Amino acid sequence: MWPVCLAVLLAAATAQLGAAEALLIRNATVLTVTKGTIQDGSVLVEDGKIAAVGQNLSAPAGAIVVDASGKFLIPGIIDCHSHTAIEGGVNEGTVSDSSMVSIEDVIDPTDINIYRALAGGLTVSNVLHGSANAIGGQTVVIKLRWGKTAQEMLFAGAKPGIKFALGENPKRQGYTPPSVLPPGRPAERRYPGTRMGVEDVIRESFIEAKNYQEDWQAYRLRVARGEHPLPPRKDLRLEPLVEVLEGKRYVHAHCYRSDEILMLLRVADEMGFKIRTLQHALEAYKVAREIAEHGASVSTFSDWWSYKIEAFDATPYNVAILTRKGVLVSVNSDSDELQRHLNLEAAKSMRYGGLNETEALALVTINPAKQLGIDDKVGSIEVGKSADLALFDGHPLSNYSKALRVWIDGHEYFDRDKDLETRPDFERKKRALEDKDSGIPHLPTRR
Amino acid sequence: MRRVRFGARRSRCAAVVTLLAACASLRAEVPSAVAIRDARVVTVAGEDLPKATVLLRDGLIQDVGTGVAIPRDAWVIEGAGLTIYPGFIDGLSQWGLAPDSPPAVPAVRAQGPEDRPQTYSFERAADMLNPSDHRLEAARGAGFTAAATFPDRGIFEGLGAMISLGSGNARDMVIAQPVGQQVTFRITRGPARSGYPASLMGNIAYVRQLYLDLDHYKQAKEIHRPEYDHVLEGLAESPRVLLPAEEAQQIDRMLNFAPELKTPVVLYGLHEAYRRIDTLKQTHVPLLVSLKWPEKPKDAGPNDVANYRQLLMREQAPAVPGLLAKAGMKFGFYSDGIDTTAGLRQAVKKAIDAGLSKADAIRALTRNAAEIYGVADRLGSIERGKIANLVITKGDVFEEKSTIEYVFVAGRKFEPPKEVHE
Repeated sequence: MWPVCLAVLLAAATAQLGAAEALLIRNATVLTVTKGTIQDGSVLVEDGKIAAVGQNLSAPAGAIVVDASGKFLIPGIIDCHSHTAIEGGVNEGTVSDSSMVSIEDVIDPTDINIYRALAGGLTVSNVLHGSANAIGGQTVVIKLRWGKTAQEMLFAGAKPGIKFALGENPKRQGYTPPSVLPPGRPAERRYPGTRMGVEDVIRESFIEAKNYQEDWQAYRLRVARGEHPLPPRKDLRLEPLVEVLEGKRYVHAHCYRSDEILMLLRVADEMGFKIRTLQHALEAYKVAREIAEHGASVSTFSDWWSYKIEAFDATPYNVAILTRKGVLVSVNSDSDELQRHLNLEAAKSMRYGGLNETEALALVTINPAKQLGIDDKVGSIEVGKSADLALFDGHPLSNYSKALRVWIDGHEYFDRDKDLETRPDFERKKRALEDKDSGIPHLPTRR
Repeated sequence: MRRVRFGARRSRCAAVVTLLAACASLRAEVPSAVAIRDARVVTVAGEDLPKATVLLRDGLIQDVGTGVAIPRDAWVIEGAGLTIYPGFIDGLSQWGLAPDSPPAVPAVRAQGPEDRPQTYSFERAADMLNPSDHRLEAARGAGFTAAATFPDRGIFEGLGAMISLGSGNARDMVIAQPVGQQVTFRITRGPARSGYPASLMGNIAYVRQLYLDLDHYKQAKEIHRPEYDHVLEGLAESPRVLLPAEEAQQIDRMLNFAPELKTPVVLYGLHEAYRRIDTLKQTHVPLLVSLKWPEKPKDAGPNDVANYRQLLMREQAPAVPGLLAKAGMKFGFYSDGIDTTAGLRQAVKKAIDAGLSKADAIRALTRNAAEIYGVADRLGSIERGKIANLVITKGDVFEEKSTIEYVFVAGRKFEPPKEVHE
């Protein structure tokens, strides 16, 4: 339990750190991801942005200087599929189209998993609704600004998204046995119960959304003519789907099987919208050409499969095959645990498929940034981008390395040494609280 | 044992006394006028009066001050050694409503907001009052004379009423209604028998949609006559909406959400507000602090290990009222299910022990609550014309050893049983 307390204190401490001061990290091996590797490189940060990258940079007066000799600096890691920091349920699974719900409403900035992910170099997460229904809730991109409020964690300027899901999860109908229902009410199952039903739900919803869009267009036309008609009822379920049709909202679709991936691409083409990312997509390697043609991208696991029937025909070469066929690929976590070492998940594609270091690192940095439409702001170490940086004690693609310090917008949010330093103090404080709570003092030699 | 001393006026009131003797078992007595003289009066409207008289007539406070003439027909209570406070107000309760019935499972599983799931926005607490609720006596025993009471089911729980905690007629209990709409987020895990919504985000989206629908309904009314919608009428009638906000991130969330509803908002809960004092101060949102302080569950097993945050909350929650008062914020208290006299008194005491001044505690329990609900013209202080709700104690009301001698509710005198203070 002590990491929780630790994190609370650290939050207070880090919140104070580095307001607008300049920061110079020097003598590091800088893996920029997009501009090569700089040995003995320095990165200068001013006003939360990367101001200069190169060798022999000098620190402006008053700058914090970090000597990173022998260490590796990479852009903050980005997770394109996370369910961390969601309060009160990851799914609104009672209906097959729950596009009215929004993850942004329920971000819990006090979720300890945010801090644990930071400790693995993660700085940005695409926080998604679960996959219980064909059209899930609205998604949100956050920066892991631990200690800040939910509003302060939102990634300003990131395009909002919506979760879709195909296959076994959304066709699971649920079952409410008659025993818990009022007399006479039959057992209930949710539509749909088949894969074709899932397709139907998506198509139906978009037909509704188009009608809704037309109603509003007609209304605006009448207003423009000087009339005063009653506006259509604002429908929170259809609004985000209209945004999808208008290209203002990304679709992140949970899927596994290649036939379903093709189905979704067909429905999207038919309805006139784009699939931004295919999530998991373990069979994407079979339909890489079609995915590339549609302009979709893939966010998948490195080597995690066989946990359900539709996830059997998988291969760890998926990432490499897709990359070679011109599909933009990222590796995601979908897990509070995996998100703590996404760098290692990326490294696996060097072993399986022979991606080079930069390509591997891109899977968890610039590629997910592109998929989320934030690559102008994050995802690589380039002048003008946000100073989201992670310092590792060894090469980040080695499983012997660990993150030492992590910055977001130039603010430090994780420092391994400080974390370790404050632990005894936390332990003491927590014990004092425990004693007070239980009325029974700890024995002096508990450990 | 009757404790009122009628003094010299006893013979003049013989008839009344006889009548009273006949109905002594009712405990509440209703003369048309009562004077409590030479008592210390904490008016909450201005300075405390060290030795003054409070004159009650026909359920109202007729006069208060040092030179108040006592009319011939008034009963007199010798107030020397007694302190008179305005009656306490519970900011959010289910008092006076039938004990919780299990939530009804709807006949049809809700498929979306259009089915108006778990919505009772149109039901009125004022129409459901049960004057024989045994909790009223326990509440009076702790000095509570009025309460904002809300039905307890669903997401939109219905129209609350400010009620008087006397006895007798249900309609007599209603002081003001509707005083608000309580929203509670109902999160279901496992089979969601009632359908949509089951998650927190579903609840929030539903509340948002319903208020958008209300907007639309109002717009429609300006253009034509839309079909009567009792759900939306209930919302439209609510002068304020009460939103739950217990933990720090929930406070942030509700403050962020509140402007969307275009209705005055009151936050309730607030046990972790010690982390958000500055934020709350900037917003001026009225607050209701739950008196049910978080504590180690009585049946906690060896595996129920609290984390640091929970431990901190258990320690610091009672300090919230003191911090709010120091920051100059308006807050009231609410019983949150505590329904014993001893439980209520101990809970208030805990806030005082954690730094709330007694004067601020009184204010929170009286005038603040009245102001939050817009009934300060009737309740919350000892002033001419206000409803005759009083707490009369021997000793300071917050001291454990003090006894509450009398409680007046709309001019009716109640004597709380003394054994509960032991």
